[in-house]
Amino acid sequence: MDYSRLLNNKIQELKPSGIRKFFDIANEMDHVISLSIGEPDFTTPWHVRQEGIESLRRGRTWYSPNRGFAELRSQISKYYARRFNVEYDPDKEILVSVGGSEAIDLCIRAIVQQGDEVLIPQPSFVCYEPMTVMADGTPVIIRTKAENEFRLTAAELEAAITPRTKLLILPFPNNPTGAVMRREHLEEIAKVIEKHNILVLSDEIYGELTYGKQRHVSFADIPHMKERTIVVSGFSKAYAMTGWRLGYALGPEEVITQMTKLHQYAIMSAPTTAQYAAIEALKHGDADIERMREEYDMRRRLIVDGFCKMGLTCFEPEGAFYCFPSIQISGKTSEQFCEELIYAQHVAIVPGTAFGEYGEGFARVSYSYSLNHIKEALARIERFLDETK
Amino acid sequence: MVKLLELLGRNADFTPAELSAMLGKSEDEVKKEIEAYKEQGIIKGKKTIIDWGKVPDAEVRAIIELKVTPKPETGFDETADIVMSYDNVESVYLAASSRYDLIALVKGNTIQEIAEFVSKRLSTLENVIGTATSFVLNTYKQDNEIFGNESDEEEQRSMIL
Ligand SMILES: Cc1ncc(COP(=O)(O)O)c(C=O)c1O
Repeated sequence: MDYSRLLNNKIQELKPSGIRKFFDIANEMDHVISLSIGEPDFTTPWHVRQEGIESLRRGRTWYSPNRGFAELRSQISKYYARRFNVEYDPDKEILVSVGGSEAIDLCIRAIVQQGDEVLIPQPSFVCYEPMTVMADGTPVIIRTKAENEFRLTAAELEAAITPRTKLLILPFPNNPTGAVMRREHLEEIAKVIEKHNILVLSDEIYGELTYGKQRHVSFADIPHMKERTIVVSGFSKAYAMTGWRLGYALGPEEVITQMTKLHQYAIMSAPTTAQYAAIEALKHGDADIERMREEYDMRRRLIVDGFCKMGLTCFEPEGAFYCFPSIQISGKTSEQFCEELIYAQHVAIVPGTAFGEYGEGFARVSYSYSLNHIKEALARIERFLDETK
Repeated sequence: MVKLLELLGRNADFTPAELSAMLGKSEDEVKKEIEAYKEQGIIKGKKTIIDWGKVPDAEVRAIIELKVTPKPETGFDETADIVMSYDNVESVYLAASSRYDLIALVKGNTIQEIAEFVSKRLSTLENVIGTATSFVLNTYKQDNEIFGNESDEEEQRSMIL
């Protein structure tokens, strides 16, 4: 049977995530030390898990309201005001989704139509481009550069805007580079945005994971930007809750209303058990965030120090749990480097090209692993470099 | 700084260079602190963590609780002194629960050997008025290390980006 004639062309042309082959190698090998995973290695804090369990014990197994439980939306509203200084109306401006992932999809689909251009800084998380394509939009990739510490600059943004530009994806703190945008950088971006009638999807899923004295600044906290910004965040990274599949979108009522319609028809409602657990996380989880953040910070220092000493230059990542060392001194492509590393020393890291072609010359190294694990992996990478000199 | 001790507690092999990176201090500072901890007797030494359950013909371990009559001046210290003087006693803790006062971790070649040790050496001590012995059948976790079969948990996780 000829399925290709029956299946949607756009989806058939979509590249499967390029990383698959690489993980297949890793899975077949013994004693692989991985520094490749993109989620917290912590388990969800026990008191949060307990609330999930408690909700099941009480038989709370039904759908929730489409937008999510009112209590959860109210807690999200308080949380964003408390932690990031932006206020949202829990009844009109918040939608609870199945991970930040769903919120990204909904947001793009609610905004983008045939021929609209979506600006996507890369290297970045893998979903923005295919979601744009599936929404009939045209992805316009903006290359962020190591010399700018992988920040998006106002000039780069300005140069990419055309009359057809509708949406800018602002993926900071960034996966895979660990780059953050400080208030002054966001203000520069805001000046450009204000001149053009476009919207911004600010993916702030790593907003709790920034290091050093300055906390993450939400793009919606920049004057006049709240009305143009859809903030996407969730529980996966901040509370180590990836498997619960819970996130949210915050934004203008006009946009959230449209996204809610889509969500209502496609998903109905986010997982009920997860929502009960999330209420607990928001109420009593600030200390957990701090504990995990401190631990990530120690790992970050260890790993960045390790790479620098090996001569793999690595700009200091200030957010998320990744560093993005340059592997150019090896003279290899990112894929070659990672493939040889896994065969020679059984260490799995991800080629930068998995996050867009501009990731060439770099590799993403996750430090969402124990200090002991990182220590061993660094020793192996060093051996690899010594042997291939 | 307790953080330094906590890190060394997790892995005795961390080098001063690694510790200094993690803590944001100079290597010299770290070395000095470690020396100071050694002098103060806070750092006592280092050992390898072994899952004895996996070693064929390994020794038997038991947790022995002792009910002790305290002495007016020395309390439980005198009895603890005697108990810990035996080479096969690995650890001794003062517990002061309603049921038992001292807890000793003891190892031996066989169950009989431990049973004999308890009945001949410990329960006959002047101030010991009762003992309860629990043999260790399996170690799930020790010194923060999880023992047992390395689980497949890792493989159940998706390789996400
Ligand atoms: C930048 C970024 N955004 C969004 C997500 C999606 O997270 P979730 O759907 O678990 O909330 C991820 C997950 O890796 C991510 O790295």
